[in-house]
Amino acid sequence: MLQALANGLMLGGLYACIAVGFSLVWGVLNVINMLHGSLIIFAGYLTYFAWADAKFHPLVSLPLVAGLMFLFGYALQYLVINRVVKRPVLTTLTLTFGLDMMLYNFMNVVFEATPRRITLNWGSVTLGDIVLSADRLVAMALAFALTGILYAVMRASKAGRAIVAVRMDRYAAALMGIRTNNIYAMTFAIGAGMAGACGALFAVAFPVTTNVSGLLLGKAFVVCVIGGLGSVPGALLGGLAFGLIESFGGHWFGPQNAITIGFVLMLLLLMVRPTGLLGIKGYE
Amino acid sequence: MNKSVFAFIIVALGIAVTPFVADNYYVKLATLVAMYACLALSWNFIGGYAGYPSFATAAFMGLGSYAGALTQNAGIPMVVAWVVAGIFTALFAAVLGFAILRVKGHYFAVGSISVVEVTRLVASSCSGLTGGGDGLNVKIMQGGADYAGRVFLFAMLSVMILSFIVTVWVDRSRFGFGLKAIKQNEAAADMVGVNVSAYKIGAFILSAVFCGMTGAIYASWIGYIAPVDAFSILTTLKVPVMALLGGEGTIFGPVLGALVFVLLEESIWSRFLEANQAILGFTIVVLIFFLPGGLLRIDYRRVWQKLRIANRDASRA
Repeated sequence: MLQALANGLMLGGLYACIAVGFSLVWGVLNVINMLHGSLIIFAGYLTYFAWADAKFHPLVSLPLVAGLMFLFGYALQYLVINRVVKRPVLTTLTLTFGLDMMLYNFMNVVFEATPRRITLNWGSVTLGDIVLSADRLVAMALAFALTGILYAVMRASKAGRAIVAVRMDRYAAALMGIRTNNIYAMTFAIGAGMAGACGALFAVAFPVTTNVSGLLLGKAFVVCVIGGLGSVPGALLGGLAFGLIESFGGHWFGPQNAITIGFVLMLLLLMVRPTGLLGIKGYE
Repeated sequence: MNKSVFAFIIVALGIAVTPFVADNYYVKLATLVAMYACLALSWNFIGGYAGYPSFATAAFMGLGSYAGALTQNAGIPMVVAWVVAGIFTALFAAVLGFAILRVKGHYFAVGSISVVEVTRLVASSCSGLTGGGDGLNVKIMQGGADYAGRVFLFAMLSVMILSFIVTVWVDRSRFGFGLKAIKQNEAAADMVGVNVSAYKIGAFILSAVFCGMTGAIYASWIGYIAPVDAFSILTTLKVPVMALLGGEGTIFGPVLGALVFVLLEESIWSRFLEANQAILGFTIVVLIFFLPGGLLRIDYRRVWQKLRIANRDASRA
């Protein structure tokens, strides 16, 4: 039981980190970013190849990869997605799905789908009856740290406040002198940057393969619906809740059913409380 | 309106004559056109008329194919199994719609995608009934490839015609008018006395029943189904894209979109095995940017005029 709890919290940290960028993009831009899973995997590949071919330590390449993904996200939003950002969800979702297919196909051809993993050989940590591998523990700690940094950025920086303003009312924000197009690009860039950082952490803790990109996206859906959109604490709560659900669900019903339980709970939650546990009414 | 019906009759006749004028490859192609046209027409009820961005098509089709295959393997005649699959899928949609149609927009889109995931996961884990990840074999029809090809072609064609007739009815009826009102402003439609939830569930059921039958016919046609193919996330995206390509919320748009899409896929994309998905993705991006209203909303007379002017200028220069 304690082992399941520890596993759940560890997974939860990573899920929070995975979902926080997705949640931000959804909440602020009103765009469901189908690219998110592939962005994480893309960053995971970059980290892996930096480690395998150029002997970059993954923790060194993490900020570099995150920065690169940030720039990529900024350009993508500014040049492509901004053109349709005010259109209905069918359009934006289909567009990002199309972009996702291009990136996914590109990765499959260039990197191939063979699972690749960075092996750091840090051993494991034992606490009483609980055994945790050290690389996953570090990944979780960093995931929490990154989520915390994002929270601080959103609270304290000028860009962060502008993003929150746009999320509340894009027209009023524009009247207050905020360039909404730049803020959209900034928000998407932060989402992609977080995906980049997560990808680097993911490559340390799990094997990287294109096959899991859809699964990661699905997990981001669940976390967002559980936690509510567009806020860092919501994503954190949702991530931890989902990590525990998956860990205990796998413990009781078998690991193959863990994700199904997550999806079913999400659908039930959609019915009774579509704004999420920490969501505020009135934000659509 | 009458023009659309006329265009549809031409497409249906075109599909119907293929077995008599072309070989089995084209029969297969025509069957695929009929199948996707039917799926796109189905999606159109909820996505085009009611404006709810549904991505549950693959869930309906997959459920239909499993329901049909299991019924058929239990010894029930093929055509009855198809009808059973349609009814089963409609019931599923009624229950699901009651739950999921309370939410709108982005939440509905995410919820409907998740339904595909859940149904796929359930189909792969209930291995006692569905064969799990190994898939399920369906009895292959007796009578040779030519005969079977014709049977399935006409089966798909019949369901396509049926779904088209229902579309025409919906478009002209009070029900369709209510759905269009819901698309424009749901609260206002509710205020003026449209029974919003019943109408939405009705549209959702219509969008499921033909998908279920199509799925069952597909299972009998191919003879083998597996969770990954039956509940493919790609199908769930392709179908709305077809409807968008032709023109959503119109009668003939989904049929035209399916026709153009399948022909493009067969003639161009299938030649690039490795980059197949990327090209499809690129097409979607181009479609969204340059053809937002679909092929039917283009003012062809103006395009023609512009071309003529450009031509004249070119010849003068």
